[in-house]
Amino acid sequence: MGTQEMMKLYYGWIFPYRDFYKWLAYGNDSKLPQADAGFMQRREFCFTLDGDIFDLDGLQAAIKERCPSKLDIGPVYNINPARRAAYAGSGQTFTPVERELVFDIDLTDYDDVRTCGSGGHICNKCWPLMAVAIQILDAGLRRDFGFQHILYVYSGRRGVHAWVCDDRARCLSDEQRTAVANYFAVYRGQEGGLARLALGLEEHPAVTRAAAILEPVFVERLLPEQGLLSDDKRQEALLAYIPSERVRERARQRWAQGEAGDDVARWHALEEEVAKEQATLAKARDTRGAKALDRAMRSVVFAHAYPRLDLEVSKKMNHLLKAPFCVHPKTGKVCVPIDPERAHKFDPETVVTVGRLLDQLNKARGGVKGSDAGEEWRSTDLVPAIQTFRACFLDGLQGACRESLAARARESAAQPTLVW
Amino acid sequence: MVGWVLANSVGAPALTPSKEGLSSEPGSKHALPSLSMYSELPGSEISIEEFEQAALDRLRVLKGLDDLKAKGFRPDQVQDKVLSLVDQYLKAATRESTIRKDTVSHYVLRLAYCRTEELRRWFLAQECDLFRARFRALLPGEQRAFIEGNRLPFRPLTPAEFREVEDDLRATMLAVTGSLQQTNALFQGAAAPHEAFYRAPFEAVPDLVGSRRVYLRAGHAYVSRDQAVSLAVQPFRAALSKALVTTARRWSQVVGPSEAHRLAPIVESLSQRYLGPDYSDPEKRGVTGQVAASDIPRLAQESFPLCMQVMAQALHESHHLKHDGRMQLGLFLKGIGLPLEEAVRFWRAEMAATAPGEKFDKEFLYNVRHNYGKEGNRRDYTPYTCSKIIASVPGVGQVHGCPFRTFGPDALRSAISRLQVTPAKVDEACAKAKAGHFQLACAAVWEGKHGCSCETGINHPNQYFEESQKVLHGEQQPGGPGLSQSQGVSTANPAPAGASPLPASVQPHTKHARVA
Repeated sequence: MGTQEMMKLYYGWIFPYRDFYKWLAYGNDSKLPQADAGFMQRREFCFTLDGDIFDLDGLQAAIKERCPSKLDIGPVYNINPARRAAYAGSGQTFTPVERELVFDIDLTDYDDVRTCGSGGHICNKCWPLMAVAIQILDAGLRRDFGFQHILYVYSGRRGVHAWVCDDRARCLSDEQRTAVANYFAVYRGQEGGLARLALGLEEHPAVTRAAAILEPVFVERLLPEQGLLSDDKRQEALLAYIPSERVRERARQRWAQGEAGDDVARWHALEEEVAKEQATLAKARDTRGAKALDRAMRSVVFAHAYPRLDLEVSKKMNHLLKAPFCVHPKTGKVCVPIDPERAHKFDPETVVTVGRLLDQLNKARGGVKGSDAGEEWRSTDLVPAIQTFRACFLDGLQGACRESLAARARESAAQPTLVW
Repeated sequence: MVGWVLANSVGAPALTPSKEGLSSEPGSKHALPSLSMYSELPGSEISIEEFEQAALDRLRVLKGLDDLKAKGFRPDQVQDKVLSLVDQYLKAATRESTIRKDTVSHYVLRLAYCRTEELRRWFLAQECDLFRARFRALLPGEQRAFIEGNRLPFRPLTPAEFREVEDDLRATMLAVTGSLQQTNALFQGAAAPHEAFYRAPFEAVPDLVGSRRVYLRAGHAYVSRDQAVSLAVQPFRAALSKALVTTARRWSQVVGPSEAHRLAPIVESLSQRYLGPDYSDPEKRGVTGQVAASDIPRLAQESFPLCMQVMAQALHESHHLKHDGRMQLGLFLKGIGLPLEEAVRFWRAEMAATAPGEKFDKEFLYNVRHNYGKEGNRRDYTPYTCSKIIASVPGVGQVHGCPFRTFGPDALRSAISRLQVTPAKVDEACAKAKAGHFQLACAAVWEGKHGCSCETGINHPNQYFEESQKVLHGEQQPGGPGLSQSQGVSTANPAPAGASPLPASVQPHTKHARVA
């Protein structure tokens, strides 16, 4: 069966429309008087510029009909995107009014620090980079910015998307989105073989927290699994961060003598040499030199492990981003949600594929198609993915949406009405 | 006197106005009486002269501020310069009248600059920078009073809130300032350290969030009093931006039909207003008669700006210049002191090959006399300013306009090189022109030609000429009195004190190093 054929069956029978719609309606599918009935209609879907999507059936029909190889979600506009031509010249400009705050992290941006592969490659050895990115982002978004409704999704190939869906996040201006994205941007590219890092001389609490998250992942996972100190070239690349020739030389000697066995032991040997040098510097009252060594060691960790965000995706309200639960056309993998608490346990290599789901559906139905279209996922391996979607994201979001609609209703009830 | 026709229909921002202007306490360096969100219109009657004068004075401040930025100063470097511009132009006799002038001028310029997207953007940028500079000059107590007085959505921390975040705040301020001393000052200086910080929604300070210069917790930004300007400028920008759009929409309602013919021309001309000295009446400035037709080739070599040189040369070579060019060059020549008789002689001689004898009298004499106000409606026409010249677009076969704008890169480079300008300045001028800074490019050429810096900038071709003559021949000649005496241009041969200015044609040329 060709991929296109499989897609057709997937979007015809398995795609979890109901959950998907519940999310994007943000409570406006309810019967509450404050609900905005036209809300879904004004959302941009990248294949739907000429079609109406205003309810669950419409969404289902549109996706099934077009059978997209890619499904992207854009912002909610002030008017229905399909009708925007009709409003031209009416004085009403077509503008996005709300949009989830989104983040995109892609492993291709880490090619200089991963040794297991490059480009579209992904495996369990480089996944810790994505997992720790989720940890850092999640801590910052929740603790610093106070956001609560965040969905993390495997992008289907070699990266992760984050959707921040709080009311407050959805109405951020482009300028404010840029500010949030830049707040997380510590890694600023490469320069002369070294990472350019916006760490500052003294550390911001967010940077300190990031360091605490990164260090164990770097030492326990990345060092051994990526073999970051396993040959001369990699050793020199890492030593380039150390601003003391004496320390570099002693580390080289110890590593050459084979005294330190594996990558982790080599790192600890380097740490010991740094500590020794710092003790010497402290005796000479050279606090600046001692500090510089601290910063260098920290830079190594940040350069190899700190999330490298694709900032452009986050900065603009009208940037399109691939929808969760759609199928990556090259890999056949489904873009499944990730539980941020268990990000390190996520296995990108065993993510469910459209082929496997169809097999399971076939077996369950014995080849006979049931009537409950759109809920057929219940008999497939998509079940845990949807459980994660609900438990980590949708249940909390729906509660909050109901709450905020009810609050709006109370507010408007308190306002004197102008209609007699 | 006219009533203040603007009434409250000009979209006043939603912020509650501050009734209490902030008095400047003794000891603050610049005696700035007040800082305003301009949320309330000036209430009383206002004369049309005051209306226009106040607006022009504010425009001088805003243009000066823009010039400083164009020269590459960073916002923190322009602070003092901006404040002295404010002192110079916006200060009035009393505190009340200064506040009034500030408010009136702001509202008039809102009207003048609300009409296109481009004008709005320029005005908004300058007003925000002005606001920033003035806010920074306030003492911490005044800043706080301003924030509270305008009911901005920020408040100082309570002691309990402060204790909860104190350690993280300290770490943040250390990271931001990089100085233990400065950090300690924040935490120990005030009697109540919690009052040194404000809490605001993070959305209110995107600049601080984006550069990680603020502590964030649960969606709140903790802003130190040293950063309070970021808190204040955002609502100012938002309110002004909104008000400009509303004002643009309501412009016709705002200026009632009875006032339209009086106010509209003033308001509409303000956004293109030239603010340098007035070159319209050479007689009053005592320069008429100093230039003869025969001086023009030499003066062109010495002191004409590129646009005039290009035209003089085209005229000389093709013995013709189209109407727009004759206006631009003719009025410039009038401005440098060429009297009518000499102008007629000049044009007749230059055009003799194409318009001999009677043909000239029939077709062009009227035009020359017209420029001098001797024909038609007898208006004494004013020499064109740089902004007017830059705005005009020459068609095929026309050579008027600003060559820094109209010439291609190669043509411009060779045209500048012909002026015998140092190579570094040729590069600078070409780069400035390419970046769209035509007047700065022209100033670079001026500097390259005269070997000294152009303090005033170039805003008018006649100013280019007079500044050039001042450098070449000393202060007295031929600029005459009343022009930037404070400039202190260094010259090798200042005219002897008390010597009466001689006409340029008989002045001994003592300094002609650069004249071919």
